[in-house]
Amino acid sequence: MPHIDLPPDLPGIRGAMAFRPETARPLNALVEILLTGPSTLSRGERELIATYVSSRNCTHYCHCIHGAIAAAHLGGDEGLVKQVKIDFTQAAISPKLKALLAIAGKVQQDGKLVTPDDVRTARELGATDLEIHDTVLIAAAFCMYNRYVDGLGTDQPDDEALYRERGRRVARDGYVTVSEEYLASHAHAAAH
Amino acid sequence: MPHIDLPEGFPGISAGFTFRPETAKPMRQLAHILLHEPNSLSPGERELIATYVSSRNNCHFCQSSHGAAAACHLGDATVVIKVKSDFLSAPISDKLKSLLVIAGKVQQDGKLVTSADVQAARSHGVTDLEIHDTVLIAAAFSMYNRYVDGLGTWQPDNPEMYAQMGRHLADEGYNEPSIKHPVEQPAPAA
Repeated sequence: MPHIDLPPDLPGIRGAMAFRPETARPLNALVEILLTGPSTLSRGERELIATYVSSRNCTHYCHCIHGAIAAAHLGGDEGLVKQVKIDFTQAAISPKLKALLAIAGKVQQDGKLVTPDDVRTARELGATDLEIHDTVLIAAAFCMYNRYVDGLGTDQPDDEALYRERGRRVARDGYVTVSEEYLASHAHAAAH
Repeated sequence: MPHIDLPEGFPGISAGFTFRPETAKPMRQLAHILLHEPNSLSPGERELIATYVSSRNNCHFCQSSHGAAAACHLGDATVVIKVKSDFLSAPISDKLKSLLVIAGKVQQDGKLVTSADVQAARSHGVTDLEIHDTVLIAAAFSMYNRYVDGLGTWQPDNPEMYAQMGRHLADEGYNEPSIKHPVEQPAPAA
């Protein structure tokens, strides 16, 4: 049961976004740049960082939907996504991505925990300054999205098929395009 | 020493924003809507929420700059210190206290917010939109604080610089940079 009067047909962050479209716009613009914009990290890699942080924050909606988007980018490999959530050091991902996930995991707790050694390790494995920047910001941003989704007590369904279907759509169309649909339909509903 | 090659002389978040203008834009817009645009919570009250969360996250740059902005809006710097040390005994409304309770829980984990917390806030006249914005301000500062700390940004101990920033943020909001030029850094020890 949400803490405030959110639209009942929109689970997770979508209900919160439809409640306040003014803040939804920059929230969607930020995630669009970080996770789908031009980058030397693949979309799948960036979604894995978002999934990992959301999983550590135990935000069901976010780690399920971003896990599903990551799987859609990674050829449907849901096993890999699951392994990253359980123990990324054992996952079939590059050493560079592991070094970035180590940084993301520290930012998830407290940015001050990131050490020069963490950054040096990532650099030695080929991470660039921009990749380190974006990893820190993806981890920080998901500490926001997760708290937003949990703090409002949003509805976070258990239905795996729902996340899988939506994950494919977001992977294909991006965040802003998909958000326009529900923001518009709710603006329309509110006007009637 | 920043972890990556950030522009010199730009303190705190202004270094991250200058390094990556694409992500700076929506981050600025979000802060501007949440803290500066018209709202039934005053800008001073909203800056106090941002300051309180940043203080609990021990983010020096954010709590100093937003504390300075709050002091400008409220014409009172001591209330800012009181809110950081013990908001329950600060000279602020019971309504704002009930929102700071919610913000403090979101700072730890959004799942800690209870129906009783929300009911307590409602009994002091809080609206759904005010609860929404309090949760999102606390969540957003959980991002800004981690961004500033996670990049190892330069966070000087310079009260005059924060006072100037606070004045700019209180007057102009967040859409335009409050730090437009590099700030002079103290000369390295010989």
